[in-house]
Amino acid sequence: MANAVEVADLVVERGGRRVLHGMSCTIPRGSITGLLGPSGSGKTTLMRAIVGVQIVKSGRITVLGHPAGSPAVRHKIGYLTQAPSVYPDLTVRENARYFASLYPGVTASDADQAIRDVGLAEAAGQLVRTLSGGQLARASLACAILSRPELLVLDEPTVGQDPVLRDELWKKFRDLAAAGTTLLVSSHVMDEASRCDRLLLIRQGRFVADDTPAAVRAEAGTDDLDEAFLRLIRRQEVAA
Amino acid sequence: MTPRILASTVGRILRQLRHDPRTIGMLVVVPTVLLALLYFMFDDAPALFDRIALIMLGVFPFIVMFLITSVAMLRERTSGTLERLLTTPLGKLDLLFGYGIAFGLVATVQAAVTTGLAYWLLDLDTAGSPGWVVLIAVTNAVLGVALGLLASAFARTEFQAVQFMPVVAFPQILLCGLFVPREGMVGWLHALSDVMPLTYAVEGLQQVGRYAEPTGTMWRDFGVVAGAVVLALVVASATLRRRTA
Repeated sequence: MANAVEVADLVVERGGRRVLHGMSCTIPRGSITGLLGPSGSGKTTLMRAIVGVQIVKSGRITVLGHPAGSPAVRHKIGYLTQAPSVYPDLTVRENARYFASLYPGVTASDADQAIRDVGLAEAAGQLVRTLSGGQLARASLACAILSRPELLVLDEPTVGQDPVLRDELWKKFRDLAAAGTTLLVSSHVMDEASRCDRLLLIRQGRFVADDTPAAVRAEAGTDDLDEAFLRLIRRQEVAA
Repeated sequence: MTPRILASTVGRILRQLRHDPRTIGMLVVVPTVLLALLYFMFDDAPALFDRIALIMLGVFPFIVMFLITSVAMLRERTSGTLERLLTTPLGKLDLLFGYGIAFGLVATVQAAVTTGLAYWLLDLDTAGSPGWVVLIAVTNAVLGVALGLLASAFARTEFQAVQFMPVVAFPQILLCGLFVPREGMVGWLHALSDVMPLTYAVEGLQQVGRYAEPTGTMWRDFGVVAGAVVLALVVASATLRRRTA
């Protein structure tokens, strides 16, 4: 099976409004796929649907060969929500070890390793509520990667991180992909797009592009991905 | 349910509480202080104090655990930790029973301290053993946890969660026989009181007050409250949705 995720004709409605309009895409295994688009475009909704916590109107999502959200895949995925979702009244280590305990075969030392991977080793004994915003986001990230999931869905993992750390996190993502992990990473920063193997550009609940960064650039006729995104949207609006 | 996940969830909830010493202090001290207040109020009527204090020993843990649980569960929802948990292998019952067991353990400490001090310092006198009082108090606490978990499913904000306390707890306290004997109630009030679990908890405590040995009525009452706990947890599990809009 070459694809980690297959989405077919996905329709999602929220508050009586259609937010995803029959989206289809595939995410190849062992790659980093960037999900890019402006705020409110449907990135988080699509990610929630893939990890199986979003009510779906219609369509089919297959994750690692099983329906999204089914018990068979829950121990194989890691999900980082956009807002850091860790317990503020526990230390970083206590948080990581708790989330580690939910997965079969994942140990306390895996949890400690994940804390080191996100650069929080020195704050491991600190209560999460005393962390800075950037540290908080990394504590949350540690809890998503500690189970060494086959599919890692990360909703804006690098927001608010300083440039050096952001670079280190992207290197970490690259290492994970090289080891066979499939990553779906959302961002609204285009300079992160060039670090991805594939790009899904999304706007108003529809895909604008689904290709490699090089192909997106070639298609739009510009090297600047920001500009490419703009040109592709304009072209589709003219066509429509 | 997975025993390993259930156990680590219990541990996690207790660890959260450990980082909040003020809450622990209040949990242990406040009921005793309130009982002391009752003791001095009924200075010249020790029999009345015995009757009311005994019931309060069952009502305190119910109210406190209801409030603590609804807030804790609402925090899980609003902080996103619940959403994350539901993408992991954790089962819904692991979480719900995790809260039930963790807060049940806390309630055991609370009930043991409060009951102990009530007998020792405040001269509480019952025909039956204090051990039965602690057992019923802990069952009541777990009932509070279970109803709190259930109520939190219907609360979107902290304001709503806190107000479920008067909605769920007050009618039970008013009709449990503490203020007016149940025999004196008009038919429909009596019928309402019949379907409220706290009524049975209070009746069980009154049995301990009156008889030296556990009675059949006490065991039946204990069974009714325990059944209400299981029912509330099952309904809470049904209202806890993995997928949300």
